[in-house]
Amino acid sequence: MNVVVCVKQIPDPATPGELDASTKTLRRSGSIILDDSDAYGVEMGLQLADKAGGGEVILVSMAPNNENKGLRTALAMGAAKALLISDEALAGSDALSTAKVLAKAIERADADLILTATESTDGYTGTIPAQVAELLGLPMVTFAKHIEVDGDRVKVQRQTEAGYDEVESPLPAVVSVTAGVVEPRYPSFKGIMAAKGKPVDELKVADLGLDAGQVGWAGARQEIADVSAAEERKAGEIVEDEGDGAERIVAFLEQLKVI
Amino acid sequence: MAHPIFTPEHEELRRSIRAYVEKELRPHADEWEAAKDFPDSVFRRMGELGFLGLHFAVDDGGSGGDYLTMLVLAEEMARCGSGGVSMAISVQCEYVTPPIAKFGTAEQKARWLRPAIEGRRIGALGITEPGAGSDVAGITTRAERDGDGYVVNGAKTFITNGCRADFLLLVAKTDATQRHAGISLFLVDTDTPGFAVTRRLDKVGMWPSDTAELAFTDMRIPAENLLGEEGKGFHHVMWELQGERLSAAAGACAGAQITVDATAEFVKGRRAFGQRIADFQAVRHHLAECQTAIDAARALTYETAWRVQLGEYPVQAITEAKLLATRTHFQVADTCLQLHGGMGYMMEMPVQRAWRDSRLARIGAGADEVMLDAIAKSMGL
Repeated sequence: MNVVVCVKQIPDPATPGELDASTKTLRRSGSIILDDSDAYGVEMGLQLADKAGGGEVILVSMAPNNENKGLRTALAMGAAKALLISDEALAGSDALSTAKVLAKAIERADADLILTATESTDGYTGTIPAQVAELLGLPMVTFAKHIEVDGDRVKVQRQTEAGYDEVESPLPAVVSVTAGVVEPRYPSFKGIMAAKGKPVDELKVADLGLDAGQVGWAGARQEIADVSAAEERKAGEIVEDEGDGAERIVAFLEQLKVI
Repeated sequence: MAHPIFTPEHEELRRSIRAYVEKELRPHADEWEAAKDFPDSVFRRMGELGFLGLHFAVDDGGSGGDYLTMLVLAEEMARCGSGGVSMAISVQCEYVTPPIAKFGTAEQKARWLRPAIEGRRIGALGITEPGAGSDVAGITTRAERDGDGYVVNGAKTFITNGCRADFLLLVAKTDATQRHAGISLFLVDTDTPGFAVTRRLDKVGMWPSDTAELAFTDMRIPAENLLGEEGKGFHHVMWELQGERLSAAAGACAGAQITVDATAEFVKGRRAFGQRIADFQAVRHHLAECQTAIDAARALTYETAWRVQLGEYPVQAITEAKLLATRTHFQVADTCLQLHGGMGYMMEMPVQRAWRDSRLARIGAGADEVMLDAIAKSMGL
């Protein structure tokens, strides 16, 4: 069973990111790593391929400057190969343009299942998984906390606020996974060294049969009107208990209208 | 930015070890300190992840990494919050196993090296005796040839992992008339009749690691347990101590850095006389001195590591790096404890643990004075 996992390579959250004032987008010049939220999909894919007794995990990623450091991490975990789409024409791509590119790249892999994260850690739009499924004309299941493949069907426990739904879908399908779906492995040194020799196919927009006008700034259907700094978190209120602690907590909760 | 001696693969390994340490070791540090113990399962887990055999050949069960992978491990283990845990692990993969990899027969490797790399069997190194520490050639534990084996009598002390060990790399005299030339190495399973743990020692720091006093009474071991050549044990074991000393230096710099970073945060938050104590020149200069000392020690350590990586065997530089880095670690911990004021002396603050734990490295794996004398000797004095 071949599993395609969409992965994003993001600026290392350990070094605070910066917005470019002129383009109102995130600067991507610093250290780039695999988005933590994508490690779950990679691990899930590896486990499903392993359980199926054959097939491989193929990574699909779009990044500037042929950046592949994050892909190396996922390859070190055990993915077999990667498709990397990098093209100057992609600068300024919105979520839909990104989905178009990912969908076209996924078509090149013979996928039984496509996994994505719920949303990226740097952008948080959370719209790409559904857009990819729509563009590919495939069924989509979101928020998977457990995935099992049974023949040509996938059975998913879909996380909800109250618990979970049991959802079944025919394959191929797109499934977005939550951080609870599996525990990602730590890449071993052997895996890290093996990843050096694994293929990363670098593709341009034209290779995918897309027109440069459909992507990047040119094709963007959303515009970032303004960016501003988030309000600094205010310090909490400390209540000294002078025998009336309980009442004051109740009053505080009432004021918040939570009780 | 990563230091130029490290490749992208080293940095990837660093991320992997760091994730493991932060997720599976650091959260338990306080609990293990309080218990003065930590579970054997840590060895098994690290073995499973390949972290106990980074620099060993793939054929021996290792990961086939270079010397610098050990440096990365030592640096990242410093983040586990407990010097005792990192010491126990370093004994397993830097003291006990390297001589087996270098001098062991295929049978010995199958029996002791591979299971140790996999974390299934825990090892200890038995050098120090009640009457001989720095003076290794002065040990008196005897291994007397008797038919097709040896009979061992004697005692060892300060043996890290000694209580939990499944096997011991024993340093003993096969010829009592000789000093260095009379020393041989043996691999001894701890269930051998005549082997006894006589005491678990209570230490100033490094609490979760177990430190044993051992006794051997007419302990019979077969000749095939001799590691390397009879009478060459001193050289076999001293050779490996060099690599271990250098990664101890790297671990000391990493540990000192963690303490300085935590203290910098503390002095930025703590206020006295109407301002942050970080704004007092005496405080900021102290921390600046600490950072400069760490950077200098790390520079010497990395330069020396690079020479090792290129195939040199720079004993004097290794000795200097070990001396400087471990001294720096303790001095930094002491200064940082001082900057915490009264809180620094409280058991609830991590800085006290750093202070107690870092004190050992100026004694263990070659005391300051032994290091200084070795440097003087290299200088032709």
